[in-house]
Amino acid sequence: MARIEFRHIEKRFGDVMVIPDMNIDIPDGEFVALLGPSGCGKSTSLFMLAGVYLPTGGELLFDGHRVNEVEARDRNVGIVFQAYALYPHMTVRENIMFPLRFKKVPPDEARARVLEAAELVQVSELMDRRPSQLSGGQQQRVALARALVKQPQLLLLDEPLSNLDATLRLTMRSEIKSLQRRLGVTTILVTHDQIEATTMADRVICMNKGEIEQIGSPDDLYLRPNTLFVAGFIGSPPINLVDGQAENGHLRAGEGTFDVTGSLPRRVTVGLRAEHMRFGDAGMPGRVRQVEPMGRETLYEVDTDIGTIRVLEAGSTAAHRIDGQVKIAFDRGDTLIFDSDTGRLVPDAHFAANGSA
Amino acid sequence: MTAITEEVAVREKAMRAMRGRQRMNSIIFLGPATVIIVLFFLLPVIVDIVIAFSDMGRDLQISKFTTRNFERAATGDRRLPKVLFLTLIYVGATLAIFNVTFGLVLALTTTALPRGSGGFFRTIWLMPRMSPSVVYIVLWQWSVHSGDSSLVNQILKHVFGAQENIDLLSNSPVPLIILANGFIGASFGMIILTSAIRGIPDHLFYAARCDGAGSLAIVRHITLPALRWPLTYIGIWQTLSLMVSFEYIILLTGGGPFQDTTVFALYIYRRTFASGQYGYGAALALFLIIPGIIIALLAWRLTNMKELLQEPRIEVH
Repeated sequence: MARIEFRHIEKRFGDVMVIPDMNIDIPDGEFVALLGPSGCGKSTSLFMLAGVYLPTGGELLFDGHRVNEVEARDRNVGIVFQAYALYPHMTVRENIMFPLRFKKVPPDEARARVLEAAELVQVSELMDRRPSQLSGGQQQRVALARALVKQPQLLLLDEPLSNLDATLRLTMRSEIKSLQRRLGVTTILVTHDQIEATTMADRVICMNKGEIEQIGSPDDLYLRPNTLFVAGFIGSPPINLVDGQAENGHLRAGEGTFDVTGSLPRRVTVGLRAEHMRFGDAGMPGRVRQVEPMGRETLYEVDTDIGTIRVLEAGSTAAHRIDGQVKIAFDRGDTLIFDSDTGRLVPDAHFAANGSA
Repeated sequence: MTAITEEVAVREKAMRAMRGRQRMNSIIFLGPATVIIVLFFLLPVIVDIVIAFSDMGRDLQISKFTTRNFERAATGDRRLPKVLFLTLIYVGATLAIFNVTFGLVLALTTTALPRGSGGFFRTIWLMPRMSPSVVYIVLWQWSVHSGDSSLVNQILKHVFGAQENIDLLSNSPVPLIILANGFIGASFGMIILTSAIRGIPDHLFYAARCDGAGSLAIVRHITLPALRWPLTYIGIWQTLSLMVSFEYIILLTGGGPFQDTTVFALYIYRRTFASGQYGYGAALALFLIIPGIIIALLAWRLTNMKELLQEPRIEVH
C-alpha cells in the first residue's frame, strides 16, 4: 500500500506536450478515478505510474520516495489493461503465477498465493484453460488475479470495464469496488465513463487536455462543478448549457430575462441539469419537441425562449405529447452560472425566473 | 395464374444467372493459380517421372523404359553418399545458423532499436538479397580470393600482420558457401520475424514489464512463444529453397574444388545437363521432389494451416 504524489509532473512526447503540470496527492488505500475524454492524458498518467513512460519533469512519489527512475518491474504495481493483456500461450494458472516467477517466492508459497488470488476473483475452476477459452468477464477476473497476486502497493485499472457487456459491467463494478475495500490497496482507475468513475471511486479527478479540471467526490463534481467542462462531462443526460449576458442586475438568455443573485461577469453560460427541471403550472413556457421514454424516466426536449432545454421526468408514461404546451420550473439553488470567457464557475451566483422569490 | 408462373420463371432465370456468375467468379479467381500449378509443377513432375523410368541420354531419345536409373542411384553411384552428406551439412548449417537464428537475432535487435536506426540496419541486411546474384558473388570472390588484393588477405596483412595469404576458396569452401547463402537467407527470417514481433500487442510487453520481467525474460516468455508459427514457417520454407537452389554455389565455387561443394541439386544439374544423363538426372530429381512434397505437407500439419485458414472467431461477451 502506498501514498501516491504527483509533484509538478510534466510529460511531453517529442514536441507534443501531453501533461504540462500535474499535482495530485492520493492517500494510502484510496480509490481514485482519473476521468476524462480520450486524449486528456489520463492513460499517460497511468503509464507513468506503472513505469512504462518516464515523466519528463517533476517528481513522482510513492510513500514519499521518488520513483521517477525506478523501473516498471521494481515498482510493485499491479495493472489491469483495457484488453486484459493476458499472455495468450499460458494457462490461467501460469498467467497468475507469472509475476511471482520474478520475485523469488518459494514454490509452495507461490502456488498457495496463486490459488488464493484465483479464489478471490472466482476463477479457481478455470486454472488449466487458456485465455482464448475464456469469456471476456473471465479474462477480466484473471487479469485482476494476476495484478493482485504480487500484493501490489498500487493497483492500476485501465478502462477495465469497457470491453464487457452491460450486465457484466454492473457485476464487475461492484465486485472490484468491494475487493478494493477489502484489500485496502491504493487504486487508480482510468476511465472515460463518468458512471464508472462516480460509482466506483472515492474521489474523481476530472481531466481535460492534460490539465486537472477538478478533484472531488462524485457529489462535488455533480453538484458543484468548478468548470464548464466538468459540468458538461458529468451527468447523463448532459446538462443544459445556455449562453447569456448580464444586464443591469438581470440575466438575459435568448428571449428570457431572469433575476440574479451574486455578481456576474458580462458574458456567462448558465447550466441547468435536466433532472432538476420539472413541469409545473408556472415557469418558462415552451413547446415539447421530442419525447424519449427511457423506462424509469422520460426525457423531453422542449423549445423555450432561451433555447432547447432537456427535461428529465420520473415515470415511464409520458405526461406530455409532442407539440404540447408546457411550463418549466426549477429551483434557484440548482442553477449554475459560469464565466463564458474563463469557463469557470461563478461562485454563489444563481438565477430564478423573473419575479419569483 | 399466369402472373405467378411468370414470376417463378423470372426468379429461376435470376437464379441461373447467379449460379453462372458464381462459376465464372471461381474460374476468374482460381484459374490463374491452377494454370500455374499445372504448367510449372504437375506437368514437370509427370515429365520427370516418365524420363526417370527411361534411358534418355544426350540425344534426347527414349528407346526403352527401365528401372536401371534407380538401381544405379541405390547401389552404383559412389559419389552420391558424399553429395547427400554435404547437402545435409549445407542445408542444416545455413538454416540453423543464419536463416533462423541470425534472422531472429536481427529481428529482435532491430525492433528493439528506435524505428529509424532499426530500419537502417534491416536495409543493410537486405542488400545482398536485392543485388543481382552475379554482383553479390563477384564481391565475395574479391573478398576471399587467394591473391594479395583480396579483402580478407588485406585485413590479415595490415591489421593482424600476417605474412602469408590464405586461400579460403580452396581450403574451406564449405563454410564459404554457407556464409554466402546465409547472408542472403538471414534477411528472409528477419523480415518475417520483424513483422511478427511488431504484431505482438504492446500491452503484453507493458504487462510483462510491470509483472517484473527483464528484457531477456520478455524475449523468452512473450516474444518467442508468439514467434513459434513464423519460425516453423521460415524453417520449412528455407529448407525447401536451400535444398533445390545452387545458384550462388555454382557462381562462387562452381561446385569445387574437386566436388567438395557439389550439393545434391547441383549434382543433379551436372549429371543431367553437363553429362547428358537425362534419365539418371530425372531419377535423382525425384528424390528432391518427394521430400519436398512431404515437407510441404508437414508444414500444413505442423503450422496448423487449416486453423489459420478458418474464419476468425469474433468474441461476443
